[in-house]
Amino acid sequence: MKAISFAAVYVIWLREMKKFIRNKSRIIGNTAMPFFFLAFLGTGLRTSVNIAGLPAGLNYLDFLAPGIVGMVLLFSSMFAGISVLWDKQFGFLKEIMVAPVSRVSIVLGRIVAGITTGMIQAVLILMIAVLFLGVHMPDIPGLFYLLAFIVLISVSFVGLGISFASRMRDMHGFQLIMNFLIMPLFLLSGAFFTITSLPGWLSALAHINPLMYGVDGLRTALIGFGQLPIIIDFAVLLAFAVAMISLGTYLFKKTEIY
Amino acid sequence: MNVIEIDKLTKDFNGLRAVDGISFSVKEGEIFGLLGPNGAGKTTTINMLATMLMPTSGTAKVCGIDVRQDQDSVRRYIGIVFQDPALDDQLTGEENLDFHARMYGMESKIRKKRIDNVLEIVELKDRAKDIVSKYSGGMRRRLEIARGLMHYPKVLFLDEPTLGLDAQTRRVIWNYILKLNKRENITIILTTHYMEEADYLCNRVAIIDHGKILAIGMPSKLKKLVGEDMISLSTYDNMKLKKVMAKMKWIRNMKLHDNFLDIYTESGEKRIPIIIREAESNGIEVKSVNLRKPTLEDVFLHYTGKTIREHEASSPDRLRQHIRIRHRKTW
Repeated sequence: MKAISFAAVYVIWLREMKKFIRNKSRIIGNTAMPFFFLAFLGTGLRTSVNIAGLPAGLNYLDFLAPGIVGMVLLFSSMFAGISVLWDKQFGFLKEIMVAPVSRVSIVLGRIVAGITTGMIQAVLILMIAVLFLGVHMPDIPGLFYLLAFIVLISVSFVGLGISFASRMRDMHGFQLIMNFLIMPLFLLSGAFFTITSLPGWLSALAHINPLMYGVDGLRTALIGFGQLPIIIDFAVLLAFAVAMISLGTYLFKKTEIY
Repeated sequence: MNVIEIDKLTKDFNGLRAVDGISFSVKEGEIFGLLGPNGAGKTTTINMLATMLMPTSGTAKVCGIDVRQDQDSVRRYIGIVFQDPALDDQLTGEENLDFHARMYGMESKIRKKRIDNVLEIVELKDRAKDIVSKYSGGMRRRLEIARGLMHYPKVLFLDEPTLGLDAQTRRVIWNYILKLNKRENITIILTTHYMEEADYLCNRVAIIDHGKILAIGMPSKLKKLVGEDMISLSTYDNMKLKKVMAKMKWIRNMKLHDNFLDIYTESGEKRIPIIIREAESNGIEVKSVNLRKPTLEDVFLHYTGKTIREHEASSPDRLRQHIRIRHRKTW
């Protein structure tokens, strides 16, 4: 295995940051949708539906907020991974691949960039939620847990995105991934409702959803309410993250470019 | 010293032979051209030299290093401008160069100097801070050439450097290529299917078709091999002139047709004054003289039986299509 070049990791990260900051409409768009989910759907459900399994006194908005953070991370990370495909289509990947740099460094640069953009967007939506919607503010140890889960969720889905991007030739398959992977992952993550109240088959599906452990961990970190012990959330997500980095790196190495 | 050494290099794509056992070498400082129609195997050859494709068999060495064995070292020695654009058009020109320099591990001080330096060569200094999406096609090509130079490569590969550019921009790019070959003393390998491009730029060309090299050498020598110069004269008495000229030993052949007398010979430009003198001393007034030298097109025609344009029209190119389909599957 060839060494990791930190200069390469840095410059790939730097490029993504420049593009992220320049693309203001993307930041606004990526923040507006989760905000609407929280403000409209959250407020609406809170006043009209009784969610089973919620402890007495727990505000539904507080319950929903970690789920929405999970959603932001899922979308931004998958997007960060799949954007490798844009480079492929617009030819820039050739420039990257012909450089004397190990493939691992390239994947790592992408992942670090995905973590950064994910974190910026998660913090942004969380700040809006706390300031404008009166969502519960986490305490200091909670913030550390929060950070750990943000990183793990980002790494996992950037890795998954890179895996897909390495196997795809163009953007045609993106819609399929959106409908058959990203949306089910999100809807079954327990962002909107408690997992314990689900019927057996759906509960089983939710339990194989890695994002469920992510959202549960985020929720424990933010409001101290979780359905699984945080250590289990952490362990499952860590294993998934490692698996996704490995898969992403493996498939990316096999990409042929010319 | 040979910068490139290729021996019986072969590349198969799913049973189709794209490059068929070619061998050649390129000396330091040369501008070497691979000339052939689309799908002849030019880009495949370059991609193997640039470590983007693994050869099926045979060897290829860049600066003495085998492309199979030490890809990272080969990559340091080469710069490449791909056939299709490979810039990030959401970054500025300068940022594209900076990205490249950092990927090649260049230090901050050298990096900044070199960016200025290469931008100066391609005269893009005043546009350095503009986003690339605002650049014209010619400017993008120039930026890519500049980028290929950034890390002081020993060899620069240019894959169809002027494809899709207008005639004027093409000239400009040609002059940059000649300039940097001199100024940076860099070896250049280019592929092209434009005869005049190969003729204007290359010290030596290899004519390649169906994955095989048909001829290799200096353009002038290749042209001499396939034919002589033709001097076409129009005078008031072509018949008489033909008789007068019959005694000249250097004339290979003469033909009378329409209102012209065609004289075939070597170094036609040196013979024209002699012909005119002879004509005038025999009282024959010359109306017009036209010298036609054989072109690389004639060389190509000689070796393949077709001109390069006929080639492209007649064969929609099985191989290229095949490779495209293959891409679709693997990507």
